Amino acid sequence: MTRRALYWLAPSLFLLLFFFYPLVRVFLLSLKPDFGTLPTLAALPDFLNVLQFTFYQAFLSTLLTLLAGVPIAYLFSHFDFRGKPLLRALTAVPFMLPTMVVAAGFNALLGTRGWINLALMGAFNLSTPPITFVGTLTAILIAHVFYNTTIVIRLVGNSWAQLDPRLAHAARVLGADSTTVLRQITLPLLRPSLLAATLLVFLFDFTSFGVILLLGGAQFRTLEVEIYIQAMHFLNLPAAAVLSMIQLLCTLVFSIIYSRVVTHAVIPLNPRAASINIHPVRAIREKIFVFAASIFILVLFVLPMAALPARSVVRLEPDRGERGNFQPALTLNNYRELTINRLGSLFYVPPIDAVRNSLVYATITVVLSLILGFPAASALARPARLEKFIDPFLMLPLGASAVTLGLGYILTFNRWLYAPILVPLAHTTLALPFVIRSLQPALASIPQRLRDAAAVLGASPRQVWRSVDLPIIARAVTAAGVFAFTVSLGEFGATAMLARPEHPTMTTAISRFLSQPGGLNYGQAMAMATILLVVTTTAILMIEKIRLPGSGEF
Amino acid sequence: MILDQIPPGFKVNMLELRNIQKTYEGQLLLHGISFTVAPGETVCLLGPSGSGKSTLLRIIAGLENAEQGDIFWDGENIASIPVHQRRFGLMFQDYALFPHKSVRENIAFGLEMQKLPRTEIDQRVTTALTQVNLTGFESRRVTDLSGGEQQRVALARARAPDPRLLMFDEPLGALDRTLREHLGTELREILHKSGVPAIYVTHDQEEAFTIADTVMLLHDGHIVQSGAPDEVYSHPASGWVAEFLGLGNLLTGVVRRQAASQTVQTGVGTFSLKCGHAHHDGEQVHVLIRPAGASLGVEATGRSVRGSVTDILFHQSGFKVTLDNGLYFYLPAAPKIGERVAVQAGSVECLG
Repeated sequence: MTRRALYWLAPSLFLLLFFFYPLVRVFLLSLKPDFGTLPTLAALPDFLNVLQFTFYQAFLSTLLTLLAGVPIAYLFSHFDFRGKPLLRALTAVPFMLPTMVVAAGFNALLGTRGWINLALMGAFNLSTPPITFVGTLTAILIAHVFYNTTIVIRLVGNSWAQLDPRLAHAARVLGADSTTVLRQITLPLLRPSLLAATLLVFLFDFTSFGVILLLGGAQFRTLEVEIYIQAMHFLNLPAAAVLSMIQLLCTLVFSIIYSRVVTHAVIPLNPRAASINIHPVRAIREKIFVFAASIFILVLFVLPMAALPARSVVRLEPDRGERGNFQPALTLNNYRELTINRLGSLFYVPPIDAVRNSLVYATITVVLSLILGFPAASALARPARLEKFIDPFLMLPLGASAVTLGLGYILTFNRWLYAPILVPLAHTTLALPFVIRSLQPALASIPQRLRDAAAVLGASPRQVWRSVDLPIIARAVTAAGVFAFTVSLGEFGATAMLARPEHPTMTTAISRFLSQPGGLNYGQAMAMATILLVVTTTAILMIEKIRLPGSGEF
Repeated sequence: MILDQIPPGFKVNMLELRNIQKTYEGQLLLHGISFTVAPGETVCLLGPSGSGKSTLLRIIAGLENAEQGDIFWDGENIASIPVHQRRFGLMFQDYALFPHKSVRENIAFGLEMQKLPRTEIDQRVTTALTQVNLTGFESRRVTDLSGGEQQRVALARARAPDPRLLMFDEPLGALDRTLREHLGTELREILHKSGVPAIYVTHDQEEAFTIADTVMLLHDGHIVQSGAPDEVYSHPASGWVAEFLGLGNLLTGVVRRQAASQTVQTGVGTFSLKCGHAHHDGEQVHVLIRPAGASLGVEATGRSVRGSVTDILFHQSGFKVTLDNGLYFYLPAAPKIGERVAVQAGSVECLG
């Protein structure tokens, strides 16, 4: 008991100080508002609009995500075809990509200076871009679909793959036609996973921040964006605190519904080998479906992410004052600009410093979250009563909004607000649940029998640890570390609240470049987002490679 | 009218398969299978796993299509009728009970598909449950039932819509031995009482011999033998059949013809045997020496073998005595290990 308590000492203290206490400060501020700064009654309809829009866009996004994800889930769970592993991997990447990269990617494809608009302008000699994408609801919805379709594919696809095909056959023999089978057998059996996916997607869409801020433009505000604007633009912290509490309440309700669905809607099935439904593509109908679905996946998942790096190295527009025949050309200018501290540039430092800052913050996050996460995960791997009690608290940062956390830090640590360390501390809080969740299954999976076998064969306790535990743990620790690294690199909500202009990170830099006019800023946004894309994708592929089979997701 | 013209004693076929052919992953699984099922007849398809017997059932049910061949029901070609309109019942291996539906809802499913009135469905569900001794199980979850109970619910579900033909795909395979024997006997009674023709697929010969009116042995995509159980048992059509059914000692022998007499030479001795049809000198045949009905001592019938005893096992039907030449026999009294004996075999048969 005392040793277990020791395991928990550091992580508990850390979360108390850097997660719960800041949230309590937000809560307290929302309770006793200063009436001078509180939004007046006149502003109330505005807030109701924000709330309404938050639900509205989350509802629409979820619906579209299901429409996109369910056919792809069917594709992956029923057909075997060439290129399937690659397509599968492609659909898994977006979920972990930083919002800034996604925003920049869609901007590179469909923005005013993006590929499609510039191509159309060139082809038809237009003076203005024909497609307005950035700043529309469509942009928000498409980015959300891009982001969250993975969840539907994974959750629904997994349970669909394990669905016993003979249940449908039994229904057919008993006289049911194919629509009746779908209505009476397939859908009811998929319902738990459909519900879980719907709720999870809704939760993510509801708390979406970067996508709305950068692709939605000024006229679209969700709760999360409004909290940020109230706190950072109007410096109205009490209003931000009230909104934070409303948001927290909503997410709490969704999370409770979600965990109830996950535990109660489960239909006991005989688990079957996941390959039972998979067959090669034969009929013409199937061929058409597989082809169309594959094209859809390529367009939705690959095009924006391919447009970004391509746009960063191609000059498509004439520079200001440049006349005569303009030819598109390859250029590394955008990258060169990152190293130059131009007068009138957004920063007082060369933008490349943002890359260095991000890497430093990410490294600190990795070290801190591993130091804190390892003892917690070891204790959770052999759970006793204490662990059952603590576990849900550890996972709370997963559901908390990053902007709210940032607000809490502003309230709590206002005296040290200029200290750059606050950023990696916030990142550690957000990364900790991921780290624990990826360490715990690996630590729990080391069977005592292996240790016993090694000991019987003559290994001393130290040799046992070195030959049995260490190799397994090393993989898990690497995976967890890379995970924390990715979370920190891509984090935007809390960073946007805490990072000082003189210490920009990659995400805040991309955000500023994108929201400023001019081809130079646009080019630098493309370049920096490409760097972030490459680093993150490499990390994701690394995690996929070293992840132990059967370890948890999300 | 037409019925009047059928001569007395003519066998009416309900189901007829003609030359069914099917390949699976590039390999021929079923080679021109043809057979018939008469009204009230229970046919057992018996064969090792992978012999295509389940696929054959799925083709009859309409869940899969044959590449060649036709299926007739009562003289009508039904190959183009979709599965849900065939009115056949199929009981799956592991039952395929709908896990999200109760026992009542599972059994009522086929009746609902026929759009019967609510009261009739309820009544027929109750009857179906009574028939399988599960009265009062209506609102139970199927996932809470034991294996034997699930099997009964599956049987009730398959029978409830009054199918024209019942098919069983290894319905007892998932159960333990005692339960299997018990439910097998019960199934036989139910099938005989109902008079519905049935096709029963199994790899377990005891199960097949318990239930079948006709046993069909499937091997390498062919029906290698078909007949009443006792007929198949006493006259196996080939060495493979004898071996698959475990009928006794199976040897290969060579036919030796001298003038009018014919003998078969094997590794354990030469026997004078009649084979099913004429064989020329030097042709290879299988010889089956049944272990039952044997006795010690020599009689001059050419059915005796010699050897020294290597193993003796007590067995229900006497002592199982194994000789050094590999043959085994059931004998009423045990010799000693190492003793040289002459055994008079109960029967020695030549298999085509």
